[in-house]
Amino acid sequence: MAKADFEIPDIENGVSVPAIKPGAMAHVKYHAASEAHLSKLGFPAKRVDNWKEVALAKMNELMGKYKSLKLFLDVCVKCGACADKCHYFLGTGDPNNMPVARQELMRKVYRKNFTLGGKLFGGLARAEDLTEEVLREWMTYFHQCSQCRRCSVFCPFGIDTAEISMAAREIMDSIGVGQKYTLEIIAKVHDTGNNLGIPKDALIGTLEFLEEDVKEATGVDVKFPLDQKGAEVMLIVPSADFFSSPHVDSLVGYAKVFHAAGISYTFSSHASEFANFGMFIGSYDNTKKIATRIADAGRELGVKRIVVGECGHAYRVAYSFWNTLAGPFDYLDKNHAVPTHICEFTEELIRRNALRLDKSANDEFTVTYHDSCNVARASRMGTEPGGQFEIPRNILKAVCNKYVEMDPEANREKTFCCGGGGGLLSDELLEVRVKGAAPKAAALKEVMDNQGVNTMAMICAICKAQFTKVLPYYDIPMEAVAGVHQLVGNAIQLGGK
Amino acid sequence: MSGLSPLSLVYVVLSYAGAAVFFGGLLHKLWGYAVTPNPLSIPVTPHPATMGGVVARNLINITLFADLFKGNRWTWAGGYAFHVILIAVFARHLRLFIHPVSPLLAQIQPVALLGAMLLPLPLIYLLIRRKAVDRYAWISSPADYFVLLLLLLIALSGLGLRFVNHADITGIKHFLLGLVMFSPVDMPPHPAFIIHFTLALMLAAYFPFSKLMHAGGVFFSPTRTMVDDPRERRHINPWAAK
Ligand code: SF4
Ligand code: SF4
Repeated sequence: MAKADFEIPDIENGVSVPAIKPGAMAHVKYHAASEAHLSKLGFPAKRVDNWKEVALAKMNELMGKYKSLKLFLDVCVKCGACADKCHYFLGTGDPNNMPVARQELMRKVYRKNFTLGGKLFGGLARAEDLTEEVLREWMTYFHQCSQCRRCSVFCPFGIDTAEISMAAREIMDSIGVGQKYTLEIIAKVHDTGNNLGIPKDALIGTLEFLEEDVKEATGVDVKFPLDQKGAEVMLIVPSADFFSSPHVDSLVGYAKVFHAAGISYTFSSHASEFANFGMFIGSYDNTKKIATRIADAGRELGVKRIVVGECGHAYRVAYSFWNTLAGPFDYLDKNHAVPTHICEFTEELIRRNALRLDKSANDEFTVTYHDSCNVARASRMGTEPGGQFEIPRNILKAVCNKYVEMDPEANREKTFCCGGGGGLLSDELLEVRVKGAAPKAAALKEVMDNQGVNTMAMICAICKAQFTKVLPYYDIPMEAVAGVHQLVGNAIQLGGK
Repeated sequence: MSGLSPLSLVYVVLSYAGAAVFFGGLLHKLWGYAVTPNPLSIPVTPHPATMGGVVARNLINITLFADLFKGNRWTWAGGYAFHVILIAVFARHLRLFIHPVSPLLAQIQPVALLGAMLLPLPLIYLLIRRKAVDRYAWISSPADYFVLLLLLLIALSGLGLRFVNHADITGIKHFLLGLVMFSPVDMPPHPAFIIHFTLALMLAAYFPFSKLMHAGGVFFSPTRTMVDDPRERRHINPWAAK
């Protein structure tokens, strides 16, 4: 078991609803963003003097711009149906991690400044000014929300705490208070086209290396083309797929699929990143800028389709927001969904029998599937609602002999987030991440113990990075983490038909 | 108006003020929800990809509290019972505000009365619920108890009016119809009625400024009312549209 200087939740018999422990996670602090990054992204370089007024003005502006925020601040009846649904509450017991209580951190400021009752009755109405203390709570607990939307599924009014935490982060950024991890990454993607800051040369080197590697393993010339004008498809993947493990194995899987299908494709060096952290900080402008960069790259390369790789929040942005932010994509072929998820792409080929698959190549694995929160609750694959659940499963069943489902109470639309989404995938937040992973780790452990599962497949770069890091704290080896296309890649038979 | 007793005069003014605050506040709030844009497509999925499907889903959710059922069965049971009983209470009171009373409305009165008599039960249950579970106690504020207690007092005074301190129902109907027709007449100086009516006015005036707005807000929730078709149909952001 990995060592920690905090208590690891016991997941042996599943995770039950804890008794509340006020302040249990109040000590966790994120690293502050640098002045350079704040100002690069259009925010004040440091906290402005009149920060309260600026924050309230921003809040007022956002309530006028977002129906979600305006409505959600008003209509919560505090029924508590969401209270025990957040993985961070389940893992920590900190009452401020109950979704309704997280919302209350903003709602109390809303009441004090924007409602009659709050102005008249103050504390009695639980109205509070945006004090230094409250701002500290915002910084802490709006960064213990991975914006996974699980709470919203159970709310009678569909109140989505993610909308509130995005707005809170936007307000904080607008007064010059920001989180290093997300802001630094967004600055990098604006500069280099990817979150890791990989320059074009390094990208070329990696892709060449991968070509050689695959050639050596299979004897086949599988291409990893970059900036190839006139290719049929532009493939956009999370940049972690180029460099991290097990991510890169899925990258190889995508390439093999394209090779086997005989469809030309290319990566783009201008837009070598699928992730879009603009959403995490609720910044419309930054989200749009990153999305537009991708749309421009596709136009420039003259492709007919855009296919996207395995990344959860990025798929949400692509599926739900691209058309609004960077559309219309009128240069693309109208017969294909924009964007097409790589799982949609692969599953269609499987259904047409266009891939030669040898399931036994994955016989050492007993596989289960983890629904990533943003794919499950903020997107769709295929034409039918719920396709985002069925399509990846269809693929897994086509490429593996041994497939097992996890408890549906912890998967599908009720899936628990990995614990590292929403801009929390940063070392200083490790305690939150490990504890927040408890409900999912428990669901995995259950099928490992009872059904011999040794592999959890998924389609999210953040899930992969988070799980490989935190599962060892629960005595689960990081090798249990796999990409769906990693398993596809294993099963695909290349070469002569 | 000149012929009204001083008490009636006060209550006539309070009634119109209460109604103005209620309807004015309600419309103001609903208008605000309606005109505030949805810049991005944010339904929580899986969710219907057609308008018909979305309407059906919301009908089910609003009539059966389906999402709450998923969330917590105990809370659902109390909340659902309370809201169904409210319909009975509404039917019970409607006959006092319209004339003539339709045969159907007259026919259902015994059932409605039976339902209305149960009103205190879910309210007491919901009150206890807030205290009994540590999570609910933590999130409950004075405002949450206030609404439940106010409703409970209204229910009890109403039942008192019916069963203990029997009121002159014809006089009450006269008074209420007078208000509705804008030709006020004297209010029956009946203590139980005055208490019941005062509390009801308080509730009406409080409504638009409180979480009770969930009753209107539920029709506007973007995660539930937007159609999940962002790839098929370009959702235009009204404040960033070109
Ligand atoms: S489920 Fe919805 S209404 Fe109930 S407490 Fe949570 S956010 Fe509020
Ligand atoms: S969106 Fe997810 S992380 Fe945030 S409060 Fe809701 S359940 Fe918790």
